[in-house]
Amino acid sequence: MDKGSKSTINIFALDMRITHLIFLLNFLIFLSCKKQSFTLTTIEGKLIEINDSIPKKNDIESFIEPFRTHLEKDLDSVIAYAKDTYSKSDGTLNTAIGNFMADAIFKQANPIFNRRTGNNIDMVLLNHGGIRSIISKGDVTVRNMFELMPFENKIVIVALKGQQMDSMVDYLCNSRRANPVSNLKLTIDNDFKPVEALINGKPIIKNNTYFVATNDYLYNSGDNMRFFRPNDSVFDLNYKIRNALIDYLKKIDTLKPIIDDRFTQIHTK
Amino acid sequence: MNRRDFIQRASAGAAATALGQLSFQSCSTSKTKKITILHTNDVHSHIDPFGPEDGRNPNKGGVSRRASLIESIKNENPNTLLLDAGDIFQGTPYFNYYGGELEFKLMSKMQYDAATIGNHDFDNGIDGLYAQLPHAEFEFISANYDFTNTIMDSHTKPYKVFVKDGIKIGVFGLGIELNGLVESSLYKETLYLDPVETSQEMVRVLKTIEQCDLIVCLSHLGYHYRNNPKKISDLRLAEATSGIDLIIGGHTHTFLPKPTVVKNKDGENVLVNQVGCYGINLGRIDFYFDSENNKSANGVSIRV
Repeated sequence: MDKGSKSTINIFALDMRITHLIFLLNFLIFLSCKKQSFTLTTIEGKLIEINDSIPKKNDIESFIEPFRTHLEKDLDSVIAYAKDTYSKSDGTLNTAIGNFMADAIFKQANPIFNRRTGNNIDMVLLNHGGIRSIISKGDVTVRNMFELMPFENKIVIVALKGQQMDSMVDYLCNSRRANPVSNLKLTIDNDFKPVEALINGKPIIKNNTYFVATNDYLYNSGDNMRFFRPNDSVFDLNYKIRNALIDYLKKIDTLKPIIDDRFTQIHTK
Repeated sequence: MNRRDFIQRASAGAAATALGQLSFQSCSTSKTKKITILHTNDVHSHIDPFGPEDGRNPNKGGVSRRASLIESIKNENPNTLLLDAGDIFQGTPYFNYYGGELEFKLMSKMQYDAATIGNHDFDNGIDGLYAQLPHAEFEFISANYDFTNTIMDSHTKPYKVFVKDGIKIGVFGLGIELNGLVESSLYKETLYLDPVETSQEMVRVLKTIEQCDLIVCLSHLGYHYRNNPKKISDLRLAEATSGIDLIIGGHTHTFLPKPTVVKNKDGENVLVNQVGCYGINLGRIDFYFDSENNKSANGVSIRV
């Protein structure tokens, strides 16, 4: 071993001692840091609006891209052709657009309900306020159905006694609105009193049970439809209103509903 | 440079580094620490911004803009927490088509730290929420939903403690009563526990056991119910409890231009904030801490 390498070892040894000391000092100060507590002194709060002054983050944009493309393509897919433009304000006690919706629910829901329970739906009741957009003449897309029915409500079938059916008829007469119905024929007089209420072409019988298809919002007393409770039974079809409308439109070529005589007023004097 | 010189210089360098570290540490004991809390609520599947033709919120919102905003704030202050107060789901076809997958994936990419559960997060049933959990790389925090008899059991935590720059932040979650709001077939056997009692227990745990410096309640109770003022809400919760520093709210889609300051049971200030809905705004609360020697005599100053 030569002299040079010996002194190198000495320097190493000295250096090691200094380093150890510094580590020890660090450790002590770290301990004293731990004891020193921090106190909340100031709070600042603000709202930052997210608008077009903020640049888009590219990797996020490209991550969303394929989801968006698939979705847009599906939403824009044409499922039927509308012969005319239909709006809920065209018609007094029944509207073409409402008739389409109620009839489509009847046609889509009844086979499923029949298969599962052996019973048939007697009528459909929706609400006028639930028609959330128009259907424009021309191509009808899936997106239009999201606009018409943006909510996730499902079809439920409620078993009601004849007496409660009378309460429902009173509600419809008093509402004076074109709440969409299917398979109910209701006629009222000048004073908005019921003249005739027919289901399957026959008057409502007090002790009979009727199966009324509606949506879970109305079943839960939405729009003050309190006549759904109490009831004999309720059947959840687990089928969304929107999906039923889309499925129905996919089956037909041309949508051409009309205002008919299902809910009318007769003028006696 | 001979070998000996090199070694001397190198060891001097090492010593300097160690000394530097030492002085840095002694520095940090007397400086100010800043914790930033960013938050959203009721985003309701709004991934794309509103279009220019939108009647209410033209050109507002959008996840990719929110992501770049969050990134720039995190660059400015790495000691940032990102929280969501629930109702992540439902509101655009993205939810109808993908069931919440994209919402959770994007929140994970933005590095959300935690979210609480809103009533609409049950819209595809508790099973629908559970099915999307693999896409969420953040914690679901709920202290007053008892999920024991449901598929969500053990997939949420009542609270989580985050440590940022040595400051311990305890975050606990509260959900709204589901009965009457959500169909029972969707939430199944989820039990709702009293928010005030739950909060007091959470504060006790976070203060005494977890030794937190800051207690945040992530709530989906709603800001305030004008027509039913007795109904539990963030404002009522703030008044009825003690020890909470900040309540981040949701559910009522309340746009607060600035956080509300409420006196709690002990006469101390609680901040209540909510930033509307649909990802149109990001809430930002900055907490400044000083070492005790710098403590101001006037207590906490709130600048909102």
